[in-house]
Amino acid sequence: MSIQYGEPDMAGSYGVVDSFPKDFGYGGDEAGIDDDSSASADTQPRILLMGLRRSGKSSIQKVVFHKMSPNETLFLESTNKIHKDDLSGSSFVNFQIWDFPGQVDFFDPTFDDEMIFTGTGALIFVIDAQDDYVEALGRLHGTVSRAYRVNPHINFEVFIHKVDGLSDDHKIETQRDVYQRANDDLADVGLEKLHLSFYLTSIYDHSIFEAFSKVVQKLLPQLPTLENLLNIFISHSGIEKAFLFDMVSKIYIATDSSAVDMQSYELCCDMIDVVIDISCIYGPIEDGGAYDKESLAIIKLNNTTVLYLKEVTRFLAVVCVLREESFERKGLIDYNFHCFRKAVHEVFEVGCRTQRNGDVGSPSFS
Amino acid sequence: LCRCTPGDGGSGKTSMRSIIFANYIARDTRRLGATIDVEHSHVRFLGNLVLNLWDCGGQDTFMENYFTSQRDNIFRNVEVLIYVFDVESRELEKDMHYYQSCLEAILQNSPDAKVFCLVHKMDLVQEDQRDLIFNERQEDLRRLSRPLSCTCFRTSIWDETLYKAWSSIVYQLIPNVQQLETNLRNFAQIIEADEVLLFERATFLVISHYQCKEQRDAHRFEKISNIIKQFKLSCSKLAASFQSMEVRNSNFAAFIDVFTSNTYVMVIMSDPSIPSAATLINIRNARKHFEKLERVDGPKHSLHMRMR
Repeated sequence: MSIQYGEPDMAGSYGVVDSFPKDFGYGGDEAGIDDDSSASADTQPRILLMGLRRSGKSSIQKVVFHKMSPNETLFLESTNKIHKDDLSGSSFVNFQIWDFPGQVDFFDPTFDDEMIFTGTGALIFVIDAQDDYVEALGRLHGTVSRAYRVNPHINFEVFIHKVDGLSDDHKIETQRDVYQRANDDLADVGLEKLHLSFYLTSIYDHSIFEAFSKVVQKLLPQLPTLENLLNIFISHSGIEKAFLFDMVSKIYIATDSSAVDMQSYELCCDMIDVVIDISCIYGPIEDGGAYDKESLAIIKLNNTTVLYLKEVTRFLAVVCVLREESFERKGLIDYNFHCFRKAVHEVFEVGCRTQRNGDVGSPSFS
Repeated sequence: LCRCTPGDGGSGKTSMRSIIFANYIARDTRRLGATIDVEHSHVRFLGNLVLNLWDCGGQDTFMENYFTSQRDNIFRNVEVLIYVFDVESRELEKDMHYYQSCLEAILQNSPDAKVFCLVHKMDLVQEDQRDLIFNERQEDLRRLSRPLSCTCFRTSIWDETLYKAWSSIVYQLIPNVQQLETNLRNFAQIIEADEVLLFERATFLVISHYQCKEQRDAHRFEKISNIIKQFKLSCSKLAASFQSMEVRNSNFAAFIDVFTSNTYVMVIMSDPSIPSAATLINIRNARKHFEKLERVDGPKHSLHMRMR
């Protein structure tokens, strides 16, 4: 169910305007977006992290959502019960991430299939690529077939993890092998309709963020609208690429339709680090954060690239990559951005309203 | 000279050089191998300062050779001797012996040199022992160094202490640092900045600063240096480097920009309502003034630094 934002409505806000609208003002009120929609724990959508023992599930969660340095994850203890991480206050990713212990036993009567899988939007299965993965594939098969029977709408995502130690050839080979075997197993029991997505990941580089970005994007009903808005924004502003980032996790929840270049994504992630770190030193806010409504950053590189970061919502910022010549028309860019920002708020307001009206069937963001 | 105690080759002096000058971050230095022979390199610093870095291997034989054959050559015209001690060294006696030999050579050839001692790899010492051990070493070194006076620092590549030590050393080497500070203060007051930092361009060490009020974070210089260095590394992956930066939120505005040919400047404004353009024009105008200052200073200085 995607909310289509009709073109004619949009045209008015940034098309050629005869006279400046009287109620046009920068920094209007943001009542809608900042109210936490109080979805109870039962109705909040979920992402499940499953996999064998020591495959890296908890480390992934810590590195992506809790800003842990990858080196520190060596000291994480084994998870021995389901850890439910509620991110609604700090991150746009308004999910609960459920981190399962490696040795979860499906046949244990206390494991309630119905309850766990019904409210789940995505199931991420983590496979340790540095280890022998035959057992992992077996468990993957068992898990997804069970979950599919309860809720066929779950997105099944397989992270082929810890690939930082593998050569490129080995990575491709491993992915191909896992893909082949996993799909063969499913075909054997007649579950061809079950679709698995595969990602090569490591916590030691940006690949885990990229993979999580894709997982989260699939669960975002407003994604096509946001992509559309970004396309319109960048084409009218002379911007090459724009990402809509969740500031806490550095996951991007939407980008324009041009191809994503990993290097650009990484550069934008690094820019966010710089901005947050400098803001923490010189402009900390009461609750300990450093990101607020006025957050903004411009970085100019010596190869005519300009990186431009602007706050969109409490959790989200847009990071644009453009050329110095285009940046000279900053006034135009800022005006277009203002329209874009307003539109994004309206998109999420619709989501809020729908949710408040009792539509809790599908996962949604507030 | 910058001297290092003979470690087993892994005494850290190569790590030290790499981090400050060649833009590695601490994490990457583990892959550097032990130095077998003597490495000699030049590093341009602050434009007209040339650092000669002599990086000797950890083997005693080289040490002996150098002392007998090259001694006068190396120890002449030295402005600064930086001697690095490995805090974990099991041969304290020998370390001190070599150090004293260097000091003798300095007294003979360059009696006006400033002496700095770095007690390095402090991260390997238990936290509650660090103050004790450092103070002990400092006492010993001060005693041994007489009649020369030495300044001691405790350092580690894993925290800000290394930067702080180098910043302090570099600060004492800048030809007209007092004048620089006065001008920086005037500049900051005119543009109503809360804080102004001046960085050396290659290393991003803070060489001068002005602040008009107490700042919360006493370690911010090292942190900023590290933050920027980290970002510079990211840019270098794309074969680019950053030129300028502006960061704001509702509480502040920070501007980092190229300043003179050897420096970068960082300006912090706590009044974010002042438009960026105003501050950027002010910085641009100040640039010419500071360039003139730099050109006026003294003849070329040559620093010999030797590491072991």
